[in-house]
Amino acid sequence: MDVKDIIKKENFVYGKSKVLTDNPMHYCPGCTHGVVHKVLAEVIEELDIQDKTIGVSPVGCAVLAYNYLDIDWHEAAHGRAPALASAINRLYPDKFVFTYQGDGDLASIGAAEIMHACNRGEKQLTIFINNAIYGMTGGQMAPTTLEGMKTATSPYGRNVALHGYPLQITELIAQLPGTCYVTRQSAHTPGAVRKLKQAMLKAVKNTLERKGTSFIEVVATCNSGWKQSPVDSNKWMVENMFPKYPLGDMKDI
Amino acid sequence: MAKSRGAIEVDVEKCKGCALCKEACPTKVIDLAKEVNGKGYNYAYMANPEACIGCTSCALVCPDSVIAVYKVTL
Repeated sequence: MDVKDIIKKENFVYGKSKVLTDNPMHYCPGCTHGVVHKVLAEVIEELDIQDKTIGVSPVGCAVLAYNYLDIDWHEAAHGRAPALASAINRLYPDKFVFTYQGDGDLASIGAAEIMHACNRGEKQLTIFINNAIYGMTGGQMAPTTLEGMKTATSPYGRNVALHGYPLQITELIAQLPGTCYVTRQSAHTPGAVRKLKQAMLKAVKNTLERKGTSFIEVVATCNSGWKQSPVDSNKWMVENMFPKYPLGDMKDI
Repeated sequence: MAKSRGAIEVDVEKCKGCALCKEACPTKVIDLAKEVNGKGYNYAYMANPEACIGCTSCALVCPDSVIAVYKVTL
């Protein structure tokens, strides 16, 4: 059978979601952001909530996420996305509100906002991309940087006596009574992407049912910041990130 | 189990040649082209189209959603 006979409309099984726009993404080759955008777009398409979804984008690489998902967006000041999303979900209780933040945005400058939003049990979803580095600004050390990991601002590796320990913020958030679903996922293999989609589906449904705050951490790569190829970054992530940031559900009620 | 044949269609101009699809492919169908696209990236293509089973693994891990998968059951 020839390839031309297979590539026909009736044989189509999987492709780009309609919620994604046609703009080429500005992310580096192999960046996990693209996979998470795609999974989110597929969930929004499946649940048919494109016209009632409001996203709050962070400061970081995903600041331009409004170019890629065809939904309503709001841009927040650095780290303040959960506070902004709180206001939006209270004003529009019938909408689905989510924030999309990186580790520099959420775990550092925005640590207070995410803690209090989760503690209040705001009816919103937070997608947290953890790549242990400040990606957009050139690979500086973040609160989540691993012990001994070399970055632009820790050229001899993170020294815990000087810089403190890597912050496992998802574990802290799971302790808060306002959260209903807290999980840590990844997107480096087809299986991990399928699991991420299931988690995303559950979190979005929880938010639509106004059960409480849902929180999904995605352990991600930053191949430009880590100075590795996309394939090597995935291997490095499995070997070094997963022992410190183990995958799985931390809370599901 | 019924046999299946698949094929992928790559949006060449949007592909960034990250090779994650090549790594994810269980039947080693995909490789990066020697030629480059308009952005200067070696784009992904089907180097071994007979082996494709249409499992969608490549499209699932593609960060730029440039892969469309087609499948027929024989």
